[in-house]
Amino acid sequence: MTGSRPGREDPPEKNQVDGTPLLSVQRMTVSYDGTPAVSDVSLDVTPGEIVAIVGESGSGKTTVIRAVLGLLPSSGQVSSGDIRYEGRSLLDLDQAQWLDLRRHRMSMVFQDTGAMLNPVRRIGAQFVEYIRTAEPDVTRAQARERAEAMLERMALPDPRRVMDSYAFELSGGMRQRVGIAMAMTFQPALLLADEPTSALDVTMQAQIVRQMLALRRQEGTAIMIVTHNLGVAAHMADTIMVMRAGHVLELGPTDQIIDHPTHEYTASLLASMPSL
Amino acid sequence: MDARWLARRLGQILVVLVGISFITFVLVWLAPGDPAQAMYTSQGITPTPEMVEEMRARLGLDKPFLTQYVTWLGNCLHGNFGTSYSLNKPVTDLMLARLWPTIKLALASLVLMLLVAVPLGMAAAVRQGSVIDHLARGFSFLGVSMPNFWFGLLLIWAVALKLGLLPVVSTGKGLDQLIMPAVTLAFAMIGRYTRQVRTAVLEELNQDYVIGARARGMSERTILWRHVLPNAQLPLLTLLGLSLGSLLGGTAVVEVVFSYPGLGNMAVSAVTSYDYPLVQTYVLWIALIYMVINLLVDISYARLDPRVRRGARS
Repeated sequence: MTGSRPGREDPPEKNQVDGTPLLSVQRMTVSYDGTPAVSDVSLDVTPGEIVAIVGESGSGKTTVIRAVLGLLPSSGQVSSGDIRYEGRSLLDLDQAQWLDLRRHRMSMVFQDTGAMLNPVRRIGAQFVEYIRTAEPDVTRAQARERAEAMLERMALPDPRRVMDSYAFELSGGMRQRVGIAMAMTFQPALLLADEPTSALDVTMQAQIVRQMLALRRQEGTAIMIVTHNLGVAAHMADTIMVMRAGHVLELGPTDQIIDHPTHEYTASLLASMPSL
Repeated sequence: MDARWLARRLGQILVVLVGISFITFVLVWLAPGDPAQAMYTSQGITPTPEMVEEMRARLGLDKPFLTQYVTWLGNCLHGNFGTSYSLNKPVTDLMLARLWPTIKLALASLVLMLLVAVPLGMAAAVRQGSVIDHLARGFSFLGVSMPNFWFGLLLIWAVALKLGLLPVVSTGKGLDQLIMPAVTLAFAMIGRYTRQVRTAVLEELNQDYVIGARARGMSERTILWRHVLPNAQLPLLTLLGLSLGSLLGGTAVVEVVFSYPGLGNMAVSAVTSYDYPLVQTYVLWIALIYMVINLLVDISYARLDPRVRRGARS
């Protein structure tokens, strides 16, 4: 099982030169209406590193990345600890700074990109809107060209047709590639991915995983991926964090977590993992 | 959405119209009261039984029911909707004279309502629980619970009598004649629609695509106007169609209060004077208006929602 990770690669050399983390979550507690959902989470992501957060549903893994992107539901808030990104605390950001961050520096791929797009507007219109919101000087035509180029890079056949489609007209795999294409438009330093492959069949999962790995290789993008699929985590990640009921059970290099789990919960997850 | 679909819908409308005309004919025929008698009474004459009989013969009321109906239907198909018993003028002329004031009033009150209810409802949804939300709630409550005629009378008392700004009686011509009836109608609708807009917007704000738009760094304003509103308008469309239908049928109470020369006002007097041809044509108009608006609403849905137009797979 542990030997079946041929796809995993070491992060590119250039990103390991300087040791300061890109993202540093420090003893973070997130509460919903005062009730902690995630307690005392600490985690560093260095540039170009792939970190996987694994755990069953309800373990708080999605809450962690939502907190990083500042998109907790209105009842939720970071009640203690800190989140530092590129050296500054995200908790002090005002609305304009958040918007700037989400437009250029950090982006997110969701479990179902289709649901995250406006159902009554074409993909192209929303892609163009995204590009021109981030870079107001870009003309509509330029933005369209850029969007089509991004879709092509994600190996989407006939990008023009994709641009003219509505989300409900695309297959799950195509939607996810649209999601990644949009998220990677401005080459953010960090890509957050919330169960990006969970809604897909195995073949499509493998393709999406390969494309995310290629992004890291080509752009040096750090990826924080939330998944309940330990196979995907083992295949992609440099570091794995195991969560359960809002607490971190284990955090360490992938090999160590997979080969020598110190917690019996991790061991049971591994035991139930289908081999890739 | 193609030509065949449209042809079928138009065919349905025709069938329903004929059915409705028959039902109204039966109901009017069954109703107590005699139009011949009423015609004389309205002129202050107490007719002898012979006079009534003669008038019944002239109006064709002595013929068997089906003969009456078929004759009337045949005339209608030739564009002749008969002559009003009580006003002694062609029904078509009477209807057309009332139509334009009614359309003006309907559109004015609808636009007025939208101008207030949409921003107010959106603000109440975005700032849920804030002062503006509570104000909107109070305003809605007032609009919904206050009877139209009472609000209209208060308006007349305050604006026309005390302040002398607008005329008490409306002739239906000119903008100043339109303001008070339109405001009165809009007031009640604002109450209802502010709540509907608020509910629809809140519902849409909870959708995943809003989180998606936030994650892409869209400003709240963009999200509200370009993402939420186009989706929130869909459930409101049906309601708007119904409101437009009832407004175009004439709004009897408000028209009577302001002596506004609309269809509702006319319909009330037609009913009280047993004016069969006028009542029947009026009912046909109402049926036609509702069906045409329904058709337009369906067409707009297809235009506004690609899932309807292109057929959602899931």
